[in-house]
Amino acid sequence: MKLREVKEILKADVIVGKESLDMEVKTAFGADLMSDVLAFAKAGSLLLTGLATNQVIRIANVLDIAAIILVRGKKPLAETIDLAKKLQIPILTTKYILFETAGRLYAEGIVGCLEKVEN
Amino acid sequence: MKIKVCATETENSLYKNSFYIEGGNFSDAGTVSTRIKSILKNIGLPNDIVRKSAIICYESEINIVSYARRGKINLTVTPKTVEIEVVDEGPGIPDIELAMQQGYSTANQQIREMGFGAGMGLHNIKSYSDIFNISSEVAKGTFLKMIINTQ
Repeated sequence: MKLREVKEILKADVIVGKESLDMEVKTAFGADLMSDVLAFAKAGSLLLTGLATNQVIRIANVLDIAAIILVRGKKPLAETIDLAKKLQIPILTTKYILFETAGRLYAEGIVGCLEKVEN
Repeated sequence: MKIKVCATETENSLYKNSFYIEGGNFSDAGTVSTRIKSILKNIGLPNDIVRKSAIICYESEINIVSYARRGKINLTVTPKTVEIEVVDEGPGIPDIELAMQQGYSTANQQIREMGFGAGMGLHNIKSYSDIFNISSEVAKGTFLKMIINTQ
């Protein structure tokens, strides 16, 4: 699915990356625990999170995350937006809670970047 | 955060550089890793190698910022490997075996509020490395050496 459809499904606002809406995405990972994002999120996935810090942008850069979806209506500070622009990481924000955001995307065909952890 | 750069080339390395990181500066944490990622990409290494190296550097950088007074990352790219050494001046790790366990962390509230300190870092660094070495001296610091094979 294109990022543009993700935006429509989630009634999201695009904060950074209006030019990236034709990007194809298939998988997602959702967490507020950055330690787990670093351990489990896969390249090319959407990152669903309620944290809107500089660290989230840097982690998205390090992990080759396709786009960040901020849930619960979170909005980053200007400094964080500038960093995302510099590193070319698209950011969308939706008012849906994490559970609803994940459910709505899953219902339309986006799957987890992994189904469950090992062990 | 101050970053001192002194790039040099030797016979055995395609690239060699040290990146300095100050403890406690959370807003700039990750700057060095972003930079290293871009350097490795420009060298022309495959995406998965660049990504693994960047994750290792990022986890190490967060560890230095969270626990140490200061530290550095020595990056060496050879024709067959990416070598990452992480040296810090800090409290050290009294029980390395315990620190390597998933879920064990000594992180304070500030670190946890930023979404870190879940006790995944060292384990994650090890899992992305082909060779992983760790040594530490209490009240002095910690030394990590990771090698990622590129061929």
